[in-house]
Amino acid sequence: MTAVWLIPALPLLGFVTLVVLGRKFGDPGAGIFAACMVGLSFLGTLGVFAHLLSLPHEERAISQTLFTWISSGSFKVSIGFLADPLSITMCLFITGIGALIHIYSVGYMKGDPKFSKFFVYLNLFVASMLLLVLGDNLLLTFLGWEGVGACSYLLISFWFTDPKNASAGKKAFVTNRVGDFGFMLATFLVWVTLGTVNYEQIRPLAPGLAAGTATAIALLFFLGATGKSAQLPLFVWLPDAMAGPTPVSALIHAATMVTAGVYLLTRLSPIMAEAGWANDVVAWVGALTALVAACAAIAQNDIKKVLAYSTVSQLGYMFLAVGTQSYVAAVFHMITHASFKALLFLGSGSVIHAMAHEQDMRKYGNLRKYLPITYATFMVGWLAIAGIPPLSGFWSKDEILAGVFNAKTFGNLALWVIGMAVALLTAFYMTRQVIMTFFGEEKWRHAEVDAHGHELHADEEDAVDDHDHHHLTPDHTPHESPISMTLPLVVLAGAAAVAGLLNLPFGDPLKFLEHWLEPTIVGEHELPPGWVQALLSLAAVAVAVIGILGARAVYFQKKVDPAKIEKPVFAHAWYIDETYAKFMGGPGETAFEDVAQFDQKIVDGAVNGIAGGTVGLGNRLKGLQTGLVRTYGLGMAIGAVALLAYVVTRIGG
Amino acid sequence: MTAAVLQNVLASVGGLPSIEFSSVAPSIILALGGVLLLTVVSVTKDKLPVWFPAVWTISAAVAALCTVFRLWIRVGKWGNLSLISGAVGLDRFSLFVIGTLCVSVVMGALLLEGYLRREDLEGPEWYVLLLLAAAGGTTMAAANDLIVLFIGLEILSIAVYILSAMHRRRMSSLESGLKYFIHGAFASAFLLYGIAMVYGATGSTNLARISTFLADNVITQNGLMLGGIALMLVGFAFKVAAVPFHQWAPDVYQGAPTPVSAFMAAAVKTAAFAGMIRVFVLALGPTYRDEWRPMVLALAVLSLLVGSVMALVQTNVKRMLAYSSIGHAGFILVAVHSSTAMGTSAALFYLLSYTFMVMGSFGVVAVVGRKGDGHHQLSDYRGLGRIRPGLALAFTIFLLAQAGVPLTAGFLSKFYVIRSAIDSGDTALGVVAMLAAVIAAFLYLRVIVAMYFEGEPGDEVAPVKVPAAVSVAIGIALAGTLLLGIVPDPVTHAANEATAELVAPRR
Amino acid sequence: MFTLTETWYLVLAALIFSIGAVGLLVRRNVLVMFMCVELMLNAVNLTFVSFSTALDDLGGQTAVFFVLVVAAAEVVVGLGIIVAIMRRRQSADVDDISLMRG
Repeated sequence: MTAVWLIPALPLLGFVTLVVLGRKFGDPGAGIFAACMVGLSFLGTLGVFAHLLSLPHEERAISQTLFTWISSGSFKVSIGFLADPLSITMCLFITGIGALIHIYSVGYMKGDPKFSKFFVYLNLFVASMLLLVLGDNLLLTFLGWEGVGACSYLLISFWFTDPKNASAGKKAFVTNRVGDFGFMLATFLVWVTLGTVNYEQIRPLAPGLAAGTATAIALLFFLGATGKSAQLPLFVWLPDAMAGPTPVSALIHAATMVTAGVYLLTRLSPIMAEAGWANDVVAWVGALTALVAACAAIAQNDIKKVLAYSTVSQLGYMFLAVGTQSYVAAVFHMITHASFKALLFLGSGSVIHAMAHEQDMRKYGNLRKYLPITYATFMVGWLAIAGIPPLSGFWSKDEILAGVFNAKTFGNLALWVIGMAVALLTAFYMTRQVIMTFFGEEKWRHAEVDAHGHELHADEEDAVDDHDHHHLTPDHTPHESPISMTLPLVVLAGAAAVAGLLNLPFGDPLKFLEHWLEPTIVGEHELPPGWVQALLSLAAVAVAVIGILGARAVYFQKKVDPAKIEKPVFAHAWYIDETYAKFMGGPGETAFEDVAQFDQKIVDGAVNGIAGGTVGLGNRLKGLQTGLVRTYGLGMAIGAVALLAYVVTRIGG
Repeated sequence: MTAAVLQNVLASVGGLPSIEFSSVAPSIILALGGVLLLTVVSVTKDKLPVWFPAVWTISAAVAALCTVFRLWIRVGKWGNLSLISGAVGLDRFSLFVIGTLCVSVVMGALLLEGYLRREDLEGPEWYVLLLLAAAGGTTMAAANDLIVLFIGLEILSIAVYILSAMHRRRMSSLESGLKYFIHGAFASAFLLYGIAMVYGATGSTNLARISTFLADNVITQNGLMLGGIALMLVGFAFKVAAVPFHQWAPDVYQGAPTPVSAFMAAAVKTAAFAGMIRVFVLALGPTYRDEWRPMVLALAVLSLLVGSVMALVQTNVKRMLAYSSIGHAGFILVAVHSSTAMGTSAALFYLLSYTFMVMGSFGVVAVVGRKGDGHHQLSDYRGLGRIRPGLALAFTIFLLAQAGVPLTAGFLSKFYVIRSAIDSGDTALGVVAMLAAVIAAFLYLRVIVAMYFEGEPGDEVAPVKVPAAVSVAIGIALAGTLLLGIVPDPVTHAANEATAELVAPRR
Repeated sequence: MFTLTETWYLVLAALIFSIGAVGLLVRRNVLVMFMCVELMLNAVNLTFVSFSTALDDLGGQTAVFFVLVVAAAEVVVGLGIIVAIMRRRQSADVDDISLMRG
């Protein structure tokens, strides 16, 4: 089974075919074809996976070189693929979840005028993502890295009739370019110091790196990762990226592309092992991102934005794991997160689909009655992300926190406390979302009758997934989505429930993932002994339960005593925010608002400021370009005089 | 040394001097092709079909290209040659450049074919000038003597001055011609003065002689020499449009007929960089590199930054490409600055890739300019992705290539350049180059956004028609851009072998 | 007795070159600007000839021939462009010629 190249080639073939024949295939032909290509790719991955399993433990790496791409002097780069446990793990969930999301999209995008184009991009994305993880050298990874960025950008702006979407796409592009710059510099640094960019060659050479160089390389790659994986300070694009179609959010902005940064650092664990304090930076940035994003998630009313911030927060967990050398936990969480977050996104897509493309959760409520399958599967996703055993999120999150507890990272106990706080917040905001969406009263029926005469949707309207313009009316009756959409939900719910089995902490033989990944990772840190882990798990479960109960108390109180608080609370969504702010006992609503403000004003401002500054400089220089012959002559004369003045200083030297 | 040239010229009155014509065949084919074309057309008047001049030009360029391949093998076998009493040097460096120029003539002629028909312009003069310009460029590429280099430069430049003013119905074309001409003459005077000073300091205009003279003697009064270097640099910097000698470029590129802008961006830059490398890296490299490298460094950094930043704020696509060409000049200057064999081959690779990318880009711009060559605003590209998906896709690839996206020619050319900078210890310069590439990516993005993500063009304009000849040109450019990106090995090898050498004249 | 060494010629040439360069920058009439370019080229010719004498080398004088030919060709082309513009504009003022800017 050496046809590794088939894995990315199949979606690529799908892309090319659809570019040419997409219109002919039409709706839903193009979508089914695209889904088949990804499905076949998944089967191919399974084949390679089976082959790897049949090999002895230490030899589980197939490297396949197609041809030499660049060869000049001692420097050689080939177009080659490396199928080893790490990349095949990635491929399995990229193609697996990718195929499900393709199937889902057939239903979701039905009737869209650009139906076939959507699948063109989606297939190209899958091909690029597979190239990213399968490439056997940094340059190929970079190629995939750019490719997924481009597709992400194209898909965010997919409904470009809305200028907001186009600008969200641009923001994604800007922040990612900043990150890419780090990637480029780091690649060059690797090449200059080690003389190769091939992963298998880097591995034995990495221990020879000077500590300073390794730290610089690691930090630069991490800069690249913060862009792609939406970490502080470059995370701002991800919430905005929700302007794209929901399947895109699920595939690209939750399950696959955003984990590329985690993959990259895991792949470079030999360098990270030498990188000293860069690991501390990774861990701290990850932890802080997790905290900030979790706080922000609480203040959101758009169903997808909650999930977007939640994704940022969970990615923060993964970086926390990478920074504390718990690579297995990072990959583990990546897998479980891919399944439950894809599930949640697709579930939210199903809700949005049912609610005439309304995304404001304040207009939802009691949807469990209308969307039974979506509801049931969403529950699984909710409990999984909240960290309730035995669902998958619990196991992976637990492993990360245990790793942090035992790590030698600077301030690891503080990190652990932050991690626990994030766990609590996660349980809280997910419960809030579930209650607002699936429980309570059918609020859209009251949308127009607002006590204070406010139009509830006024401030959130711009976030609406508005490729068609139905509006949510009070007499709207939600319907469950078609089978092509619910089937992936069910499958993903199954995965989200049982993915924890991959790496159970009860004894060595059950740690499948750890053994599987072992040959590719360098410097994996030890977990604490069993009994400590057990205690930590108990604490984590306790925290999750507190979060859920807290949210329940806040959002169900109005249910328990409707006479007292029904009017103001139902009418004003922000009373709820106030209530939880009081409940939390912290700095209150303003703190969460501040976080949201910080995101919007400061970080956004900085990004826009850099772009604006460049343009401003350009506009100023434009003034020099008068169009007059003599001005240009003067410019040249000044240049000539400057050069002559320079050489005068060299005279006699 | 030039005395020998004179003697040869004089001798030619009585009998032919010992010139190996086969070795300068590319230049001769191009120049003769131009002159003969003019003759044939004026003799036969209107009896020839419309496509005749274009086919003739392309045949001449392809024939020249064939001789380049033959000479390439010959030089490999017999070593580099010094011809015409040392005035011309034949090595793989010059052959590579000549080949690149021939490629741009082929594509330029194809673009012109479609353009002239659309604009109802006639006349073989366009093609004649194209061939003569290329002949001048090839002369420059093989020049082993500063005077020969100057003549080559002038033949090239004068032909292009006329070409840019050739669309006489359009005032902007005339303006472009005038601006190019006045500034070009101004810059030529500087170059020539520089040559005179170097001649005064070293006693020769022959590059090989200058090189050996400088190696054998230490000039104590080096003011003359340094002044000469600075002034020559002014001349070259003007021709490659390096900041601060760049201001003509946006206006001229914008005003000139689009195929001419394409040729200007590709061929003039190629020839001027070839001359620059011959003079600065080869002749002055070993002895005076510490003097000229800081100046080239300043030009490179300024060009990289100003080119990228200014391109960002343009709304006219032709103008934007002009500024981006300034940025590209900055990249090649980085390669020149390294002053090593690695830098030279990086520059060669860059020039060939850039020829494909920029010819393709301007080809699309020429087509979208529609009748009248006036629709060059960004807004004219709105919705191109739907109206002309193929064209839009091609343009996207050219722009991505210029931005340096992997698997296109642009990535590797930038890669090689940055590598040469880092290899010669200028890590900071490499970082600046990368930064410029990052900034520049935005501007290409703007066009792509306009093509795919913005609505239909507001007012109804003439439909975009793609003439057959132009689509062939764009096809060639596309193939070149992608092949150099995906299978770069053959060209990389050729560029690595294309080291220049100054062969001393045989006495 | 006061002798004229070639240095004097060189300085004179430098002066003429500078006059030409400055003239090109300050005059607005295209024809005059054009003459200034000629002035610069001829200053270079003078330089070549002076060096040629000083170095006792024929090369410099040969170069002058080439430069003269080039200058003549430039004149032809330049005047052609100027005439074409003046037909449309009736003005030789370069400051009027600034359609393109920015």
